[in-house]
Amino acid sequence: MIFDYIEIFILTFCEQLITKEEGLVLYEDMILGRFFEDMCAQMYYRGKMFGFVHLYNGQEAVSTGFIKFLKKEDYVVSTYRDHVHALSKGVPAREVMSELFGKATGCCRGQGGSMHMFSKQHNLLGGFAFIGEGIPVATGAAFSSKYRREVLKEPGADEVTLAFFGDGTCNNGQFYECLNMAALWKLPIVFVVENNLWAIGMSHLRATSDPQIWKKGPAFGMPGIHVDGMDVLKVREVAKEAIERARRGEGPTLVECETYRFRGHSLADPDELRDPESVSSLAAEKAHYAGRDPITALKKYLFDNKLASEQELKAIDKKIEELLDEAVEFADESPLPPRSQLLENVFADPKGFGIGPDGKYRCEDPKFTQGTAHV
Amino acid sequence: MATLFQGLPSSTAFSSSNKFNHVPAPTSFSERKSSIVTVRSDARWSPVLNYATHKPQRLITNAVATKADSSLASTSSKPGHELLLFEALREGLEEEMERDPCVCVMGEDVGHYGGSYKVTKGLATKFGDLRVLDTPIAENSFTGMGIGAAMTGLRPIIEGMNMGFLLLAFNQISNNCGMLHYTSGGQFKIPVVIRGPGGVGRQLGAEHSQRLESYFQSIPGIQMVACSTPYNAKGLMKAAIRSENPVILFEHVLLYNLKDRIPDEEYVLSLEEAEMVRPGEHVTILTYSRMRYHVMQAAKTLVNKGYDPEVIDIRSLKPFDLHTIGKSVKKTHRVLIVEECMRTGGIGASLTAAITENFNDDLDAPIVCLSSQDVPTPYAGTLEEWTVVQPAQIVTAVEQLCQ
Repeated sequence: MIFDYIEIFILTFCEQLITKEEGLVLYEDMILGRFFEDMCAQMYYRGKMFGFVHLYNGQEAVSTGFIKFLKKEDYVVSTYRDHVHALSKGVPAREVMSELFGKATGCCRGQGGSMHMFSKQHNLLGGFAFIGEGIPVATGAAFSSKYRREVLKEPGADEVTLAFFGDGTCNNGQFYECLNMAALWKLPIVFVVENNLWAIGMSHLRATSDPQIWKKGPAFGMPGIHVDGMDVLKVREVAKEAIERARRGEGPTLVECETYRFRGHSLADPDELRDPESVSSLAAEKAHYAGRDPITALKKYLFDNKLASEQELKAIDKKIEELLDEAVEFADESPLPPRSQLLENVFADPKGFGIGPDGKYRCEDPKFTQGTAHV
Repeated sequence: MATLFQGLPSSTAFSSSNKFNHVPAPTSFSERKSSIVTVRSDARWSPVLNYATHKPQRLITNAVATKADSSLASTSSKPGHELLLFEALREGLEEEMERDPCVCVMGEDVGHYGGSYKVTKGLATKFGDLRVLDTPIAENSFTGMGIGAAMTGLRPIIEGMNMGFLLLAFNQISNNCGMLHYTSGGQFKIPVVIRGPGGVGRQLGAEHSQRLESYFQSIPGIQMVACSTPYNAKGLMKAAIRSENPVILFEHVLLYNLKDRIPDEEYVLSLEEAEMVRPGEHVTILTYSRMRYHVMQAAKTLVNKGYDPEVIDIRSLKPFDLHTIGKSVKKTHRVLIVEECMRTGGIGASLTAAITENFNDDLDAPIVCLSSQDVPTPYAGTLEEWTVVQPAQIVTAVEQLCQ
């Protein structure tokens, strides 16, 4: 096995790593992610969405590189920076946009918002606002998969779970507790660290005693890999091996993707620390990573290897632009959630609201979900 | 000790043929309006007149059947089987695990060790190490793991070795357990049961004597129940496992060795209903878990002094069964709440608010709530005794309330 307990830098091979079809799929997915996030920013500043919106610009290679290897039954668990994970996993752009606008046609009926994207159909288990919260949930999904294989003896129960989280989360207890449990029980999970070097305004180097996160894998008995997260092909190679390892039942892998976010932490973040005017070394950092834009890199690869022409890629760009225009239109025209939706999904079994003074279950009153003070 | 007066069979209890098989049992409590009957220890009925002034003018004797030689006591000739409360929990758990292969248990020392209070003893041998999972000491993470497993099709029961340890899992319980069904727009359900022993024990110290029901009660999307007898322990365990909602089942450290007779037939209780322990006329006493026994002990004294308390074990801490409680308040017009939570922000505080909001017109006196002192439970035995409500205080409170 090539991924033993040592760090590996994957070299760019000269021979072709992908076919034309694969290349176009990757390109389209990354363009979808980039254009969607840009559209989000526009819509936010136009007052169509509110609150905390965290954009993924610059990190597309990680999402595309990993998620495009998954089957539909595999699980993805994300953080608050989850729009592009949702899109890569297959949630339609119009549903994500609707959710961001807070409309009833959103993937979570408008109840989740930017930070809580869920899709049962596409096996996207969230969308979590507190960092580290999703990692145990991902561990649980992986446990489910193992349980179905070994206890329920379901044939073909080999779903893999991907847990995405950032560098800041790697200093959180839940991360370590789950690394331990996943390695202990050889759960089919891949821990993907999107190390973009910044947690809001806290540099990873200022927060972490040993900043090399991949090293923490071997400490728990799993391989730790560091990969250039700005290069989708390198990410894809690592993803392939890690996902297949999990599917074979050999256990978890920790993958640290060195990546960068071009925008601030969220749309509310003025991003002053990385302002080119303020601190020069950080300006250089930003410029350095801008030069390593994963979409530009893939485009160059496709052209250099004669896998696609300028026209074909422009056609994809146009297609995605139209898709997004349609998504915004759909979201704009969708209805806002009515008052009757307020208490509908609090309990899976609404008997949980209890028995009222009249002896009937409260949920039997059809107007009950509108919410009154007397719950 | 657990042969307490069971009151009249509610609709979810086992059939009336078991308990009162030589008297005609009423079909339902609500059908008897103005005439109230008291069931005596010898299981004969006698009518009691309504008092206009609510003062006891006729002494009611022997209305609490706690004598070992009474006919309601456990004997081998009676139907059902005898067991201890922790065994009842185990029985319920085992039955559900046999019934549905997706039901699994996870927690510290639940597997090979059999559970620190022996609730899961023998289950790992029977069902395997993956179905009865021994976890490392990481409450937040294994609770989250249980939630993730529930979202993807399993039905885990997460055990907190002591309820207090679940403070470490508060993040997962509040943010994920309570909220994910809602924030996912109803796409994912979280059928977990979170259970464990809590409450003030025998000199366990402050941190092992916590009452977490008061901390969890505001979390939307969860249900909380507290068991107090082997009968309701098994019934509530089964109901909680079958429920599609996340349920927190509170057990009490001191009640695990209660012995009682439970039916052989399968039964499941309702998670939302309260239990009528002892019907009465003069005052409604609402309680749950261990305090039920302090109340029943006080009831003995009260009965000898001529009072007729109605004792209800609320069982469902969230949501409250306002129907049973309301009917009782409308009958007695006086409410005493006896709980083990602290004075500030406990279940009693919420219950007081709920009753005042809904039944204010039916009250003749302000609600009295007896709770534990606002103090970290001391180690010293004497201090610990004064922390929780004792039967003598309950008697005094009822006397004052009924003046």
